[in-house]
Amino acid sequence: MTAHGERPRLAVVGAGPAGLAAALAAARQGLTVTLVDAAPQAGGQFHRQPAEGLGARRARALHHRWSTWERLRDGLARHVAAGRITHLPDHHVWTVEREKDTDPDLDPDGTFVVHALRGPAQEEPATVRADGLVIATGGYETVLPFPGWTLPGVVTAGGAQAMLKGGLVLPGRTAVVAGTGPLLMPVAAGLAAAGARVAALVEAAGARDVARSAPALAAHPGKLAEGARYAAELLRHRVPVRSRHTVVAAHGTDRLDAVTVAALDPDGRVRTGTGHRVPCDTLAVGHGMLPHTDLAETLGCAVDGRRVRVDDEQRTDVPGVWAAGETTGIGGADLALAEGRIAGLSAAARLDSRTPDRSSWRSAAAARSRLRRFASAVDAVYRPPAHWTDQVTDDTVVCRCEEVPAADVRAAVGELGAGDLRTVKLLTRAGMGWCQGRMCGPAVAGLLGCELPVSRRPFARPLPLGVLAGATEDPTEDPQPVRPEEENA
Amino acid sequence: MRDRTPLRLTRARPEPAFTVTFDGRGLDVLPGRTVAAALWAAGITSWRTTRHGGTARGVLCGIGVCFDCLVTVNGRPNQRACLVRAEPGDVITTQEGTGHDGAR
Amino acid sequence: MVGAASALYATREGLDVVLVDRGPVAGGTTGSGEGNLLVSDKEPGPELELALLSGRLWSALAAEAGVAAAIEYEAKGGVVVASTPDGLTALADLAVGQRAAGVTADPVDAHALYDLEPHLAPGLPGGVHYPQDAQVMPTLAAAHLIRIARTGGARLRTGSTVTGVLRTAAGAVRGVRTDGAEIHAPAVVNAAGTWGGELAALAGVELPVLPRRGFVLVTEPLPRMVHHKVYAADYVADVASDSAALQTSPVVEGTAAGPVLIGASRERVGFDREFSLPVARALAAGATRLFPFLAQVRAMRGYLGFRPYMPDHLPAIGPDARVPGLFHACGHEGAGIGLSTGTGRLIAQALAGRTPDLDLAPFRPDRFERRQEDTA
Repeated sequence: MTAHGERPRLAVVGAGPAGLAAALAAARQGLTVTLVDAAPQAGGQFHRQPAEGLGARRARALHHRWSTWERLRDGLARHVAAGRITHLPDHHVWTVEREKDTDPDLDPDGTFVVHALRGPAQEEPATVRADGLVIATGGYETVLPFPGWTLPGVVTAGGAQAMLKGGLVLPGRTAVVAGTGPLLMPVAAGLAAAGARVAALVEAAGARDVARSAPALAAHPGKLAEGARYAAELLRHRVPVRSRHTVVAAHGTDRLDAVTVAALDPDGRVRTGTGHRVPCDTLAVGHGMLPHTDLAETLGCAVDGRRVRVDDEQRTDVPGVWAAGETTGIGGADLALAEGRIAGLSAAARLDSRTPDRSSWRSAAAARSRLRRFASAVDAVYRPPAHWTDQVTDDTVVCRCEEVPAADVRAAVGELGAGDLRTVKLLTRAGMGWCQGRMCGPAVAGLLGCELPVSRRPFARPLPLGVLAGATEDPTEDPQPVRPEEENA
Repeated sequence: MRDRTPLRLTRARPEPAFTVTFDGRGLDVLPGRTVAAALWAAGITSWRTTRHGGTARGVLCGIGVCFDCLVTVNGRPNQRACLVRAEPGDVITTQEGTGHDGAR
Repeated sequence: MVGAASALYATREGLDVVLVDRGPVAGGTTGSGEGNLLVSDKEPGPELELALLSGRLWSALAAEAGVAAAIEYEAKGGVVVASTPDGLTALADLAVGQRAAGVTADPVDAHALYDLEPHLAPGLPGGVHYPQDAQVMPTLAAAHLIRIARTGGARLRTGSTVTGVLRTAAGAVRGVRTDGAEIHAPAVVNAAGTWGGELAALAGVELPVLPRRGFVLVTEPLPRMVHHKVYAADYVADVASDSAALQTSPVVEGTAAGPVLIGASRERVGFDREFSLPVARALAAGATRLFPFLAQVRAMRGYLGFRPYMPDHLPAIGPDARVPGLFHACGHEGAGIGLSTGTGRLIAQALAGRTPDLDLAPFRPDRFERRQEDTA
């Protein structure tokens, strides 16, 4: 209990599997939880639901793990009704502030202030104060550039899926799904089930790569069965699967009308003479995922590689801040659930000045170890073609926001002596635009031949200067008072 | 058998459609859809031209990260079409350049 | 930036130049700068003389083939805005002195002010227009000056940290030791900016360079809504202040690339790289007061840098009497981009044994030591 006589307050940022699991676990243990999420409905990307006005009576046709979703959804509804969780949808968090030099036991205003934007144009400020914070902001898809990738009709694989799940809409009639990673199969299966003709699934990894990792993957029979199910669905929809292939170019004038698909040799080089054109109006392409680490980075949490560093309780190295799900490393929804649950239970104990009982999350911890091993095996298999930059012609746009072609990046490295991402950004503007380098970062790093460094983004999203100027006078949204009689509900 | 569609697959019974305009042309929109979903449903895949090359852009990431789908809605430029929900009577226009070019 | 300019002008003096940096090109304060080439914020004196010389050299460089576009050189002029009639009088007084020193400084009334900047907040009494103020994109400027120096024979060693200054038995400089190889030269120029004190210490001398942190906010790209570098009159006072406490005064300018840059904050907090929301708020509040339309414009990013601050606000330029062969070119606080060309020219002239265009006495690197002896 905090000195101000109320239950400790926990803010959870992100209502995907990790955030939901954390919020439910913490609320069950008696914390007052505010769940802050950008989407109109909880679920995150994995459990993204159709807009309510669409009246979908069988949304599960587009989903996997429906029973898991029902459990999360119903749990959230119960805790919200009981006043233990306040769910703030449509809240886009732009920063979290840590009020330093304040003792959480003495300061009734809490130690963290979550700053969000809401409203149709995201122009209205909102703040949430809390004693503890769980960062469960998920990840986003990487797409590496190739000639023609800025044409309308080229979308990320996850983007095509999000638009389908949320808006029940397809970008076109004939799709090619391409790139690498475990997301491609469900995306191709989903598009096909929803009525698109999927002309090809083009996967850079080959059967041999999978075989090489077979022992690691075989330790996860559930995951293999899932893969087999997708494969059967693809077969049923007559989707041709081209492994060890890649899309080398997209064609069209004002929108996509075809792609060129070519075979890869074992070294990850395009085999000359193997390119063939596949007519399509949609290309759903992805090359893996990256965690959102902005909030953690701004709070000063250690970030290893691209993942927020956490201990076995999912604590970051900043007191009072936990992280769970993709933000601690890409690993999928099941891993996110396990991590979220552990984070919620740890937070419930730690914010109440207790040492958590680790046995309360024994099964989640076991799942976490197993799924992290699986994730690294998957990561080893699904890699973009080693020589993908060979296909990036000088006139290929690398930074979509600032329209910076590969030639400029190469000139910055050659003629102007740049050797790192920041210098290339300053010299070419690649990464200075609206997305702040989220999309082009991996591409520029690839062209430079260096690792993608951690980016400092003090504003996790753009915000009106008027909001920033008046940020101290925001109306504070305090969670609803808890009704004590429902303590054990 | 009728063609498969996302709405049929999920046995959707949408609430009645409303109307918006896109570059002056009337479009029927199912409630709850984002501006991007509404435009896709009408067969439109681009609604912005870039400020240097003037090339057409539409949805890329679909989840609010890439800012490629920027569009002008009711005179407000730089709205992410994949996040903003369409509302009855919305005036949606193709955004050119910074979106502020008329404001000079 | 100062190192780049020194390398360029030294090369043009016919000297054999090796440019060494522990990081990449423009990896220090240069990459965090706004690229101001200003005369407007300087009171008459040696710094203004250096600014006028530098301005002429920038404009000469910009006239070389392809350079202006490559470094985004814009002779856009500055406008200093008064918020009260008294403030306007004070500005006009400063302008009189500046004009006597050779600056073009045109007082403008309210009417003319809104002709220059139509989107300024209403009700302002006027200001002073400085057509000589200009801007470059600092990283591009540094990179291209180095590129030109390299075509003249200069060599660039990035990612190479100087770990020691080599001296002869008699104490004269004979080069530097790096984490790679030794580089032998009869003269070493310390252009390490905010870290210039550390490099001076390697040569066994003290140079009081301190970091003064500044934040910049960057907006979404816009068409030209802000045409000049526009700042409030209190900026001049903040620049000249000795306070360690946080000061913010609105400085707003459009850029060739589209975004509007918003400064300026000053605080002496060491090398603390943590982003400060209160500073960002203060900058946003100042900018939206000056240009109300900015309230609806979105900030996309913010960044910080460390200005090389010296106790008397003058850089250290020229030979160090304490160590033969050691030259300093650092400590320009927030004006290093603008003053780099003049500094580079003066250093090159001193290296070549020619009479510098300006008297280097006010910039003497050992002036602080002497002052301490005087008071002792």
